[in-house]
Amino acid sequence: MRPISYSRVADVGTAVGTVTADPASAFLAGGTTQVDLLRIYVEQPRRLVDINDLPLRDIEELPNRGLRIGALARMNEVAEHPSVIDRSPLVSQALLLGASPQLRNMASIGGNLLQRTRCTYFRDVSTACNKRTPGTGCAAMDGVNRGHAVLGTSDQCIATHPSDLAVALVALDADVIAEGQRGRRSIPVHEFFLPPEDTPDIEHPLDHGELIVDVEVPPAPDGSTSLYLKVRDRESYEFALASVAVALRVEGGMVVEVRLALGGVATVPWRARRAERMLTGQPATTENFAAAAREELAPAVARGMNGFKIELACRTIVRALETVAPDGAR
Amino acid sequence: MQVTVTVNGEEYTRDVDTRLLLVHFLRDHLGLTGTHWGCDTSNCGVCTVWLDGVPVKSCTVLAVMADGHAVRTVEGLERNGTLDPVQEGFVQCHGLQCGFCTPGMMLTARWLLDHNPDPSEEQIREAISGQSCRCTGYENIVRSVRWAAEHSTVEATK
Ligand SMILES: Cc1cc2nc3c(=O)[nH]c(=O)nc-3n(C[C@H](O)[C@H](O)[C@H](O)COP(=O)(O)OP(=O)(O)OC[C@H]3O[C@@H](n4cnc5c(N)ncnc54)[C@H](O)[C@@H]3O)c2cc1C
Ligand code: SF4
Ligand code: FES
Ligand code: FES
Repeated sequence: MRPISYSRVADVGTAVGTVTADPASAFLAGGTTQVDLLRIYVEQPRRLVDINDLPLRDIEELPNRGLRIGALARMNEVAEHPSVIDRSPLVSQALLLGASPQLRNMASIGGNLLQRTRCTYFRDVSTACNKRTPGTGCAAMDGVNRGHAVLGTSDQCIATHPSDLAVALVALDADVIAEGQRGRRSIPVHEFFLPPEDTPDIEHPLDHGELIVDVEVPPAPDGSTSLYLKVRDRESYEFALASVAVALRVEGGMVVEVRLALGGVATVPWRARRAERMLTGQPATTENFAAAAREELAPAVARGMNGFKIELACRTIVRALETVAPDGAR
Repeated sequence: MQVTVTVNGEEYTRDVDTRLLLVHFLRDHLGLTGTHWGCDTSNCGVCTVWLDGVPVKSCTVLAVMADGHAVRTVEGLERNGTLDPVQEGFVQCHGLQCGFCTPGMMLTARWLLDHNPDPSEEQIREAISGQSCRCTGYENIVRSVRWAAEHSTVEATK
């Protein structure tokens, strides 16, 4: 690891001011991404500003039956909080299916949204990677890319977004609340994650030094049943090959409202709007679920080893919808 | 930078490099070599210790982040010469072979039993899922934790 300087900050204004003033600095929360990437020279800040003393760890119930979750609340704390289990079981499930207990005890909500891709080439400084070092190329294109994305890719980068939490938040239309030099703003989560296009190194709209203070999670649609389903190489402690966050409301056998988001297959947490549009107002049948899944994956582009993800994503969507549909599906 | 960390109830003040990892602070600066150092990539879990009462991976924490905080290591499991039931369970049920993963396994097990005194096999497996054992195939580790659950007359060892 390179030498770094380290300081703690006690209020949000100082945190924002300190990091904004120094381009070579970075926030440090739980460190499970930051320390990891420092160790392998992928991230090289010269100064770490430890934000763990900031009062951003609360979980509050909002009057709209939603939740406000502090950016520094730990993944385990949030997942096990009674209000979260009650109001946002999707968020709780997505968190508990991520990482391992020892990591979730450190890892914060803000850090989870800003974690970097697990692409092995991104993590190996000896290889070409447009995300880590713009303009160097992409070793994954013709490399070992079994874990890579099939949706939202560009000819610059095909890295998968690794967060499970973000998939649940995208399904629920959450907002990321950030504070910077220009004040506080609310960013809808579907605008927060940027697809790679020509600038895979730019992953979110935050300015350098802009701090996530909390995340506001609206309630799932009235009368809906929700589920986070994660498919992976082993049952625990592994990133998704495909995951689905779903909230479904069916009345008289018809889909009244559906929210669907995908993880593990796209460069950003993927809201499956094509499938949602196709299902709404239609009978809740396995046949319709499968047709909607195929419609969502129609623009998918396979690259070498990851073609299986297209079929896997379709089947995961169908399984998730069948699980939450009343009496399964016909 | 000077840090003061409470380890197993005792305060230690040391001058450390800011890039020093907590695992090396414990092993090299305090001589507490019970905490092992394995993958150095946050994966294997042999470096697991408690930080402020919860198990974390000490290779993924900077020593300076622990300044003013409390750490518990495997050396802090036994009390006045008496093994913790978890340690006794690993002895009774042959819960280790090479012993590399054992300190981390036992610290997670202790935490689990403090919060869930009668865990199912599945709950034990989930609790240790972030920790690798290359020897036992996990069967005897699960049995050891169950043994501890069944023989825990002692109060939770905070
Ligand atoms: C082995 C392993 C397995 C994992 N498996 C999963 C998984 O299955 N699913 C999953 O979702 N995640 C997984 N993770 C990722 C883990 O959830 C993230 O590393 C963690 O959530 C990051 O949070 P942190 O508090 O540790 O962030 P840090 O490492 O402290 O910070 C991460 C980044 O965010 C910035 N940052 C942190 N907080 C803020 C803030 N409030 N405002 C602005 N910037 C901020 C930091 O500057 C840094 O760039 C895994 C990680 C590891 C190491
Ligand atoms: S897929 Fe993206 S992150 Fe991976 S090597 Fe290519 S450019 Fe880098
Ligand atoms: S050494 Fe810390 S997880 Fe392997
Ligand atoms: S006993 Fe050898 S690694 Fe677990």
